[in-house]
Amino acid sequence: MNLQLLYFAQLREKFGIAQETIQAPATVQTVADLIAHLASRGGIWQETFSGEQAFRVALNQDMVALTTTLKDGAEVAIFRPVTGG
Amino acid sequence: MSARLTVSVQEADFDFKHEHTLLVSGDKGVGAVVAFIGMVRDLNLAEDVVALELEHYPGMTEKSLLRIAEQAAQRWSLQAARIVHRVGKMYPGDQIVMVLTASAHRGDAYEANQFMMDYLKTEAPFWKKEWTPEGPRWIEARDSDDHAASKWTQ
Repeated sequence: MNLQLLYFAQLREKFGIAQETIQAPATVQTVADLIAHLASRGGIWQETFSGEQAFRVALNQDMVALTTTLKDGAEVAIFRPVTGG
Repeated sequence: MSARLTVSVQEADFDFKHEHTLLVSGDKGVGAVVAFIGMVRDLNLAEDVVALELEHYPGMTEKSLLRIAEQAAQRWSLQAARIVHRVGKMYPGDQIVMVLTASAHRGDAYEANQFMMDYLKTEAPFWKKEWTPEGPRWIEARDSDDHAASKWTQ
C-alpha cells in the first residue's frame, strides 16, 4: 500500500525530512503497524517510536487512534502533542 | 438559524475591533459577545523568551478549528463564532490567538468560548518553538491542557 507520510515540528527536525512516500509491506494494516514498520528502520526512528515520548497520528487530516486501519493512498501525519493557543 | 462560524490561520496580526464589527454586524439577535485573546508572554519556563515561532499543518489546521466551532455551536446556542490563529514568528506582547463567541444570552457565549480554547489547545495542529538567548526549543504539551479539555466530556 502506498502512503504519503508527513512529519511536523520536533519529529520533522529529528528525522531530517518533512515528508516521504512509502510503499508499505503487506504486514502494515493499521496505524500501529505503520509505527512498528518505521521503528524497524532503527536509530532515531526506533528511539522515537519505542521510547516514552508521546506522539499523535492524523489520517487524512483527522486525529486517529493506533488501532485505525490504513487505506491505500492515505496521508498520514505524525507529530508530538500539539501546543497551540 | 444556524450559527455563523468562520476561522482564519494567518501570519498577519488581527484587530479585535474590526473582527468584532464583522461578527455582529446586521445581527440584532446578539445580546452578548465574549472575546478571548491569547498573548505571547516573555516568560514561559522561567527563561527569557526572545521570540515564539508557530508551525502548523496547513489544511488540517483550518479543518480542525472549524470542527471545534461546530462542536461548540451544537452544544450552546450561538449566533456566531470566530477563531483567528496566527502562525510564523511572534514576539512578547504580540497577540497570537482570538476566539469570539456571540449569543443571545451571556452564559452560552462564555461557556462556548472557554470550550473552544480548551479544545484548540489539545486538538488543533499547532506547535510552538521558543527562541531564547541559548537558542531554539520546542515547547512540550502540558497535562493541564488535556485536563482542561477533558472536563467538557464529564
